Amino acid sequence: MKQYLWIVALCFYSLVYTQNCTHTLDGTVTDFHDGTPLSGATIHNETANTYTSADIDGRFSFPDLCEGTIVLVVSHVSCEPKRLEVDIPKKRHIDIHMEHHIEALHEVLITGTSKEEKTSIQQMVHKKQIEAFTDKSLGDALNTLSGVSSLNTGNTIVKPMIHGLHSSRLIIVNNNVRLFDQEWGDEHAPNIDINTSNQLEVIKGANTLKYGSDAIGGLILVKPKKYASKDSLFGSTSLSLNTNGFGGNVNSELVKTYKSGYYAKIQGSYKQFGDFKAPDYYLTNSGIKNANVSANVGYTSFEKGFDAFYSFVDNELGILAASHIGNVNDLVTAINSQEPRIKDDFSYNIGYPKQHVSHQLGKVEAYKRFKRLGKLSMQYDFQINRRKEFDLRRGDDANTPVIDLRLFTTSFQPNLQIDVFDKAEINTGFLVRFQENDAVSGTGVSPIIPDYEKYDAGIYATGNYKLNLFSEISAGFRYDFSEIKARKWYNTTDWEETYNYDELFPEFESGITNNSKTLTYPEFSFSNFSANLSYMRHFSDDFELFLNYGLASRMPNPSELFSDGLHHSAARIEIGSLTLEKEISNKLIASLQRNNQYFGFTLSPYVNSIKGYMQLIPTGITTTIRGAFPVWEYDQVDATIYGVDLDLEVRINKQFSYKGSFGWLRGTNQTEDIPLINMPAGNFTNSISYYNEDLNQLSVSLINKTVLQQKNYPDYNFYTYNAITNSNDYVDISTPPSAYTLFSFTSSAYFKVFKKSTLKLEFNVENIFNTSYRDYLNRLRYFSDELGRNINLKVKINY
Amino acid sequence: MKYSKLKTMKTVKLLALLFVANLAFVSCSSDDDGHDDHDHDHEEELITTVIYTLYHGNDIVTLTFQDLDGPGGADGTYDVSGPLAANTTYSGTTALLNETENPAEDITEEVEHEGDEHEFFYVSSLDDITISKLDQDEDGNPVGIETSLTTGDAGTGSLTIILKHEPNKPNNGTPDDAGGSTDVEVTFPITVQ
Repeated sequence: MKQYLWIVALCFYSLVYTQNCTHTLDGTVTDFHDGTPLSGATIHNETANTYTSADIDGRFSFPDLCEGTIVLVVSHVSCEPKRLEVDIPKKRHIDIHMEHHIEALHEVLITGTSKEEKTSIQQMVHKKQIEAFTDKSLGDALNTLSGVSSLNTGNTIVKPMIHGLHSSRLIIVNNNVRLFDQEWGDEHAPNIDINTSNQLEVIKGANTLKYGSDAIGGLILVKPKKYASKDSLFGSTSLSLNTNGFGGNVNSELVKTYKSGYYAKIQGSYKQFGDFKAPDYYLTNSGIKNANVSANVGYTSFEKGFDAFYSFVDNELGILAASHIGNVNDLVTAINSQEPRIKDDFSYNIGYPKQHVSHQLGKVEAYKRFKRLGKLSMQYDFQINRRKEFDLRRGDDANTPVIDLRLFTTSFQPNLQIDVFDKAEINTGFLVRFQENDAVSGTGVSPIIPDYEKYDAGIYATGNYKLNLFSEISAGFRYDFSEIKARKWYNTTDWEETYNYDELFPEFESGITNNSKTLTYPEFSFSNFSANLSYMRHFSDDFELFLNYGLASRMPNPSELFSDGLHHSAARIEIGSLTLEKEISNKLIASLQRNNQYFGFTLSPYVNSIKGYMQLIPTGITTTIRGAFPVWEYDQVDATIYGVDLDLEVRINKQFSYKGSFGWLRGTNQTEDIPLINMPAGNFTNSISYYNEDLNQLSVSLINKTVLQQKNYPDYNFYTYNAITNSNDYVDISTPPSAYTLFSFTSSAYFKVFKKSTLKLEFNVENIFNTSYRDYLNRLRYFSDELGRNINLKVKINY
Repeated sequence: MKYSKLKTMKTVKLLALLFVANLAFVSCSSDDDGHDDHDHDHEEELITTVIYTLYHGNDIVTLTFQDLDGPGGADGTYDVSGPLAANTTYSGTTALLNETENPAEDITEEVEHEGDEHEFFYVSSLDDITISKLDQDEDGNPVGIETSLTTGDAGTGSLTIILKHEPNKPNNGTPDDAGGSTDVEVTFPITVQ
């Protein structure tokens, strides 16, 4: 890394200097705690865009400086980068103290040099925090950030939600590849092994154009680690054990790096849990089995390099047995009974219903730098997602999935980063993508998502411009064209009478009918335009202000267009619509931040106005042979979501620190002037931590999380006739559960073992008081409580 | 920062190899079990038809529910062939069919076969109609394919037939107590005269 920076420094050295600048600044960089010199610390003179690094005694020197104020950014491994202003020539010598181990205190760094773009509004989860979630999911880890919540199905299927938006409205990028894993379904969690990642980033603002034009909610980046070029072999193994679910996971990784720049990494993990336990009963059939492997090889140098990555994720997820219901009367019984109807003893067995999902992702990326131009990179990737959903079935079909879909996606995307200008940087590129969904035959059920082929092409350009020493502006645009060609059998009555498609879309008809079904070939194309404008300014005293505006548009996904069938666990029939238009979002977000080691905060209000917001809502009741079912249909309304996220960090003294976060939002369906469905309730988290460097880096935290009751919800409750009791039953599917507050405890310490290894021990307790609660954003909230107390022990050894 | 030609070649070769491997991988996987048409994907476990046939000598009454295109589409139809006689005992048989298959598939056989995982329930809004189940599963618990129905005085009301999958067995005879998930629930208007 140092070498590249030197090269950059040298390049600019020759470019920049025409003025008569003769001043010299020298100084030292030392550790804040013990004063040891930090050799190798990088000092970046942002003003002149020059670099230097501290020598073995921590000394550095910048010659040939011009008069005026310069901005220095000092960074060192495992230190938080430090930014300071220096008046030249008033100041000739400066002593800089760096705060080491800052990561342990600042769990979520709100700034950093590794940001996507300097003007973006984003939050990060670092490796240490990710390790705490080694046996959980991506959604669980992101849930710790303000403004991020999750839509759950039980406790193992966790879908991340940013500012109330989820599924197709979030772009999830794993290792620079946009994830396509049938993300449209509410009960489809992202297929990512959190253990492959080194850092998770959530971009709430608009700087997402490189990855797509449809990030209406935001962007989640799952980033791997970059390795230094030195001859080394290292790895780690961790084991996590839990009392709730009597399971855990084991994760191992091995990395080989070479001085020449080559590197290779292999990683694998296995996770298994049996039935989880709510405070009062076991959640029968809630277990999970999960196996992952990933491999990564590459070569890196300043001038050129490549990276190849492959990962395989295999998930077998039990769905709460009690959630399998037949009709609305069963749902009423479940809601009224307060407890699940099936409460068996603990078992590791995963029966039906369940999901079995595997995901393969592969990519090859290569880059080359050109003098006086920038960096050209090319990426090819592919993904294969196979989703099987098993239900309780009769007879010979018992072991046949009801849903069996295979989604294949491949894309090619070159990007050119032009960084030759002094004050500006431009990123431009294009993308071509092909996607094919194959509704695998043999399920004995009409596929809920039909066969389709989809073609995408996109082009984008983004640019950053440094207005002056303290402020930066960025702007960008992106255009995407998509075409989708499907093949679907429609129920003839639905096609002709219920939805009148025979008159609206006669061009889709094939003329073939069979068994009261009509074969159709729907074809749609969409043009999406998106743009952003962002501004960032530093103020003195570590204050920063960010302003983001983003325009994003999203075409309806296959589920919104074509869904057509019974959703058992929800006891509802879900129906897509061919008449949906694209949805267009205008989002404005601001963020005032202070990134200071004693008192830091982020205050971030936002407003998102969405035209043609697609939502799935109950529209009526249909009678089937199983009895009555509510029909849920996709419709479009104009929506507004506004809210505020707040994070606070206070360092009380050398040992104690406080951290708090708060998230609140309101979503409104403007068309009908009612609240939007499934919006997260206000919530806040407080934690107090003790840290002692000298005592094996002991860290102890007590955390309290409170989720308020959602008072703003649309009332879609209805009555259903119950023939058995000859009465009309009230079906309360809308009222959110009560507020809840949970306490948890975490602790960790490091020990030196053998010659070069460290051992990390963690002891954690979740839901200390074994509180019974339900959450509005859990699709199975009608059937059971959430998890009770869990005691967790983690051991990690680095070697 | 010099790089030998050899290394560059290595990189290129490796890239090429990976690319080819990907292609091979991709083309294999898109060729396997997928791609045939789904025209054979009839709704295999769909129940389109419920027929409750009641016999009393030559007096035969049938209650038929039929929804040939399954959930959605056209609504199901109810057909009751005639009134039941008052104060009469009928022997009843319930049949479940999937009429999207040709010939129609008899689902009753599956239910009978998995009798311990299924149970029929019969509920009438007419208090003096009593229905008893005559058949038993392997554990000696009622299944309810074969029944005996006794009418009381004249009147009009409804008769609901429910099939529960994985109910609690034995239970107290009510569908509420049985729990499970509902596979069939149809309600017929009936007249006793």
